[in-house]
Amino acid sequence: MNIVVCVKQVPDTAAERKLKPSDSTVDRASVDGLINELDEYAIEEGLQIAEAQRAAGNEAEVTIMTMGPEKAADSIRKALSMGADKAVHLLDDGLVGSDALSTSYALAQVLSGTGFDLVICGSESTDARMGVLAAMLAERLNVPQLSLASKVDIDGPVIRVRRVSEDGYYEVEASLPAVISVVEKINEPRYPSFKGIMAAKKKPVQTLTLADAGVDPAAVGLAGAGTEVVDFAQRPPRQAGVIVKDEGDGGVKAAEFLAAQKFI
Amino acid sequence: MAEILVLADHTGGDVKKVTCELITMARRFGEPSVVWAGAGAEEGQERCAEFGAARIYAAGDAALDDIVVAPTAELLAQLVRDKAPALVLIAGTAEGKEIAARLAIKTDSGLLTDAVDLTLDQDGSPVAEQSIFGGSTVVHSRVKRGTPIVAMRPHAVAPEPAPGAAELSPVSLAGEVDGARITGRVLAERGERPDLTEASIVVSGGRGTGGAEGFGVIEQLADALGAAVGASRAVTDAGWYPHQFQVGQTGKTVSPQLYMAIGISGAIQHRAGMQTSKTIVAVNKDGEAPIFELADFGVVGDLFKVVPQLIEEIGKRK
Repeated sequence: MNIVVCVKQVPDTAAERKLKPSDSTVDRASVDGLINELDEYAIEEGLQIAEAQRAAGNEAEVTIMTMGPEKAADSIRKALSMGADKAVHLLDDGLVGSDALSTSYALAQVLSGTGFDLVICGSESTDARMGVLAAMLAERLNVPQLSLASKVDIDGPVIRVRRVSEDGYYEVEASLPAVISVVEKINEPRYPSFKGIMAAKKKPVQTLTLADAGVDPAAVGLAGAGTEVVDFAQRPPRQAGVIVKDEGDGGVKAAEFLAAQKFI
Repeated sequence: MAEILVLADHTGGDVKKVTCELITMARRFGEPSVVWAGAGAEEGQERCAEFGAARIYAAGDAALDDIVVAPTAELLAQLVRDKAPALVLIAGTAEGKEIAARLAIKTDSGLLTDAVDLTLDQDGSPVAEQSIFGGSTVVHSRVKRGTPIVAMRPHAVAPEPAPGAAELSPVSLAGEVDGARITGRVLAERGERPDLTEASIVVSGGRGTGGAEGFGVIEQLADALGAAVGASRAVTDAGWYPHQFQVGQTGKTVSPQLYMAIGISGAIQHRAGMQTSKTIVAVNKDGEAPIFELADFGVVGDLFKVVPQLIEEIGKRK
């Protein structure tokens, strides 16, 4: 089984994240980049599915796919040290400023080259937070979308997932090949072992340019985006509120505030 | 007048509040037409009329209820081609964003998600306000290709009634749409409480509740206020409260009229999910907790003393 896991390097959520005034794109240089936390669940799920396939006597391989600047190689290395077999890195200055539409197009082109039985994404990235990549890849690749999975079962050519919804969950079923996304409650991502870290250094990483992947340069980057930023600003800090120390009447004071604001 | 398509978010014939918000928003830009995918349009008709929908394109094809996302996106794409609307509005829920995503590809249109407001610029095109990086940055964006598709966050606008005909106009999918099939639906038990993302008041508990038992006081306060219950990641990770109630960077994003953070320190992880709430009240025993930087009103004290007293006061004032 050919499993491809989509991984994005994002600015550390604990750092102060900014847009660049020059082109309104995410400032990826001034803060540490790390693997999108929600993608770690996708990697773990890919590894577990591959392990189950091998235990059943089937061949299985996990490929990490990323698109991003040179330093995204750090995130690839981490994914490989968790146990993935190889990686493909779409790396080209022409990609800077790509929106979700053009990103999904570029990644779909890469996937057409690598081939796949199962594509796994995290539920969203912690920087853009759109949560649309799995749906967009399924649309572009014309395969079933089984996104927002909190549980995945593979039974021969059939894949079943538990899809979380606003008010519970759905049981969903399709035939492979397919695109899935996983939510964080699905598993507990493993930490890379020392052996894994050493082994990762020897694992193959293929770097592709737009031309290598067959991506039309006019359809990606800022020029290829379907949207544009008009302006942006730091949100002004909220006005300082009233903070009281509980002197035995904290609950009463809170009720008075709620009443003054007409909540009670 | 320009036609605006609004995808109804509904459970059977039950119209969700966000749909009324979207119809209200659509009136700023033209004449709202609701797109109803799946069964229940007749039951939902009255509510759509109440907020000013001119018509309802009602498609009852079985695939719309039985197959994940893809058929609904196809139905919208069909209507975008037939009606050439000026704008498509979709609820910014996880599923709504996925429908919007596929529609954007089908129609080669720009997509804006998580909009908290939508206005017209000088050229008459819609400009979305988005709140990014955990609410620290406000961005205005617009679509520059195709039909603008905007997924609006719930609570972006208050629903305002306005009379509309909401005339039912039957439509159907032009062809067969394949995809992942829904074989079962399980509703989570949440009793009588409102939906977390739809509620106008949310009461959330954090590590300070000390455990599943201590979390009971959060539910009591929520019920006294008719609010939804939320939880910080520390609470859901520890298994004190179910995962679907997690508010934060990796959980749900809420933007209610009133957000009460009880025993929550206010780590970035949590703030990302609630920072755009209109009014924030915090109770925490640590006066240095970062949640107090956001709070309009805060009580530094033991939540197990403050909250029961607050519940009693609410009872007295009812």
